[in-house]
Amino acid sequence: MVNTKVTLSGLELDNPVIPASGTFGFGYEFAELYDINILGSFSFKGTTKEPRFGNPTPRIAECPMGMINSVGLQNPGIDKVISEELPKLKKCFNKKVIANISGFSVDEYSYCAERIDKEEQVGIIEINVSCPNVHNGGMAFGTSAENVAKVTKAVKEVTTKPVYIKLSPNVTDIVSIAKACEENGADGISMINTLLGMRIDLKTKKPVIANKMGGFSGTAILPVALRMVYQVYEAVNIPIIGMGGVSTAEDVIEMMLAGATAVQVGAANLVEPFACKNIIENLPKVMEKYKIDDLKSIIGGAH
Amino acid sequence: MKQSIFEVKANTKIAENTYKMVLGGDCSGITASGQFVNIKLDGFFLRRPISVCDYDDNELTLIYKALGKGTEYMAELGAGAKLDILTGLGNGYDLSKSGNEPVLIGGGAGVPPMYNLCRKLVAEGKKPQVILGFNKENEVFFENEFKALGAEVTVTTADGSYGMKGFVTDALKNMKYTYIYSCGPEPMLKAIYNTAETSGQLSFEERMGCGFGACMGCSCATKYGNKRICKDGPVLEMEEIIW
Repeated sequence: MVNTKVTLSGLELDNPVIPASGTFGFGYEFAELYDINILGSFSFKGTTKEPRFGNPTPRIAECPMGMINSVGLQNPGIDKVISEELPKLKKCFNKKVIANISGFSVDEYSYCAERIDKEEQVGIIEINVSCPNVHNGGMAFGTSAENVAKVTKAVKEVTTKPVYIKLSPNVTDIVSIAKACEENGADGISMINTLLGMRIDLKTKKPVIANKMGGFSGTAILPVALRMVYQVYEAVNIPIIGMGGVSTAEDVIEMMLAGATAVQVGAANLVEPFACKNIIENLPKVMEKYKIDDLKSIIGGAH
Repeated sequence: MKQSIFEVKANTKIAENTYKMVLGGDCSGITASGQFVNIKLDGFFLRRPISVCDYDDNELTLIYKALGKGTEYMAELGAGAKLDILTGLGNGYDLSKSGNEPVLIGGGAGVPPMYNLCRKLVAEGKKPQVILGFNKENEVFFENEFKALGAEVTVTTADGSYGMKGFVTDALKNMKYTYIYSCGPEPMLKAIYNTAETSGQLSFEERMGCGFGACMGCSCATKYGNKRICKDGPVLEMEEIIW
C-alpha cells in the first residue's frame, strides 16, 4: 500500500491532485460525473470584488498540444461566491477548498482575501497575481517583485489562513518574485499561470482571440513549468503547488521531483473531464512502478 | 453528459465540404434535439463540438463541414475508426412551445440539428414547415430527407442556383407559422429575429474550450444574465438575446 498523502501548510491532502482555478468552475459540472471528494482539494474559479463578464468572444483558441484562453476572470463577484457558490459547493465537496482571488488594486485583493478567510470551507487562499487576460491588474502585479511584495503583505495582514501566491511565467526572473513572496510572509507559491500567447486565423488574417492575446496552457507547457518549479524550489523554503501541462500521474510525479508539494491540473480537465479521477486512480500504480512508497518523500528529489 | 467510445460506420461526402458520419455507440447521454457532441481527435488538443443531426439508442448521425484542420481530419476517417465522444451536451430545443405548425429554419451547417427536431415534431403529430438556406446549389443537402419525414420544404440559395433565390427570411416572410426553431450563422439568426412574427428558439455557435460548462470560454450576455453557450445554450429564446 503506497502513501499518496501530502501536507500543504498544515493542510493534509489525501493526494496531491488539485484541479486548477478556472478549469473546474465551482465543482458542480464535475460532481455530476464523479465523486469529487476523491480530489486532494480544488482551486475554485478566480474571484474578484465585483462581478465580471470577462473579455469578448472568441476567447478560446486551439494550439499544438494546448490551448489559449482569454476568459478574463468571468465570475459572479466575491459576495455571490460566498452567499451562493460556496453553499452549493458544500453539498458536493466536503474537503477544504483553495480560494482563488484576483484584484485590480492592492485594496481589492485585501477586500476579497479578508472576506474569504472567514469561510470555513476555505483551507488555503491562492492569490492570483498572474492572470494574463486583464488590463490594469492581474498580471501587472505578478511581473514586478515590488508589487507582488505589496499584495502579499497586504493580504497577510487581513487573513489567518495560509496564503499562496500564484505566479506568472511571463517574467524575466521568477526566482526573485518568489523570494519577494516568501520575504513578505507568503505561506507558499502556486506556479505557473499560463504563458502569454497568440494564434492568427489565416482566413481573416487577424488574431483568433478577440482580445488578441491570451494564456497558453496544456501539455506543451509542462517543461517550462517543471524548469520554473525546479528553480524556485532551490530559492525558497515555502511549499510550492506546481502546475502547467500536467495531465498524467507520471507528470504529477515529475512535478513533485522538481520540487512541488502538490500539483494542480488545469487544461487537461477541459478536454478530458475525468482527467483528475484518472490521475488519482493511476497514481498508486505509477508509484509502484517507480518504487515510490511515500509520495511526499520524492518532493524536490531531482535536486 | 456521457463519455463513450463510438465506431465510425460510414463517413460520406453529401455536398461541397459537407460530410455525413454515422457512428455506432451508446447514445443514452443525448436527451434532446439540438444538443451537440464533443469529439476527441488524435493530434488535436481541444475536442471538436458538432451538432447532432439524428440519433437513436445506439446510432448517432453527424453532419459537419470540413472547414478547418480538425474537421478535415474527421473527413478522412473511414469505417471502423474509433472516437472518444462526450454526448448530450447543451440544452437542446424545447418542443413544448412549437404550436401546431412551427417553422424550422436551418442555414448551411445549421441544417443538421433541424432534422431530429423535425422527426420528433412529426411524431408528435405537428406539421412542421422547413426552410433550408444555402449559398449555392452544390452546398444543398437533406432536402429529400426532410421531405421523407413529411415536412413541407423550401430551399433557398443566395445566388439562385437552386430553389428560391434569396435568403431564408425571404421564404419566411410569406409563411404562416406558430413558432420558430432555427440554427445557422449569427447574421441569419438576427435577420430571422427581425422578420419573426412569433417567438422562437435560436441555436448559437461559439468557440468552446470544454463544451460542458467548466471553462467559461463561450459565455454570452443575455437579458437574463450571462449564459454559457455550451451548457445554458446553445439554444436561446429569441426574447433573451441582446443583438
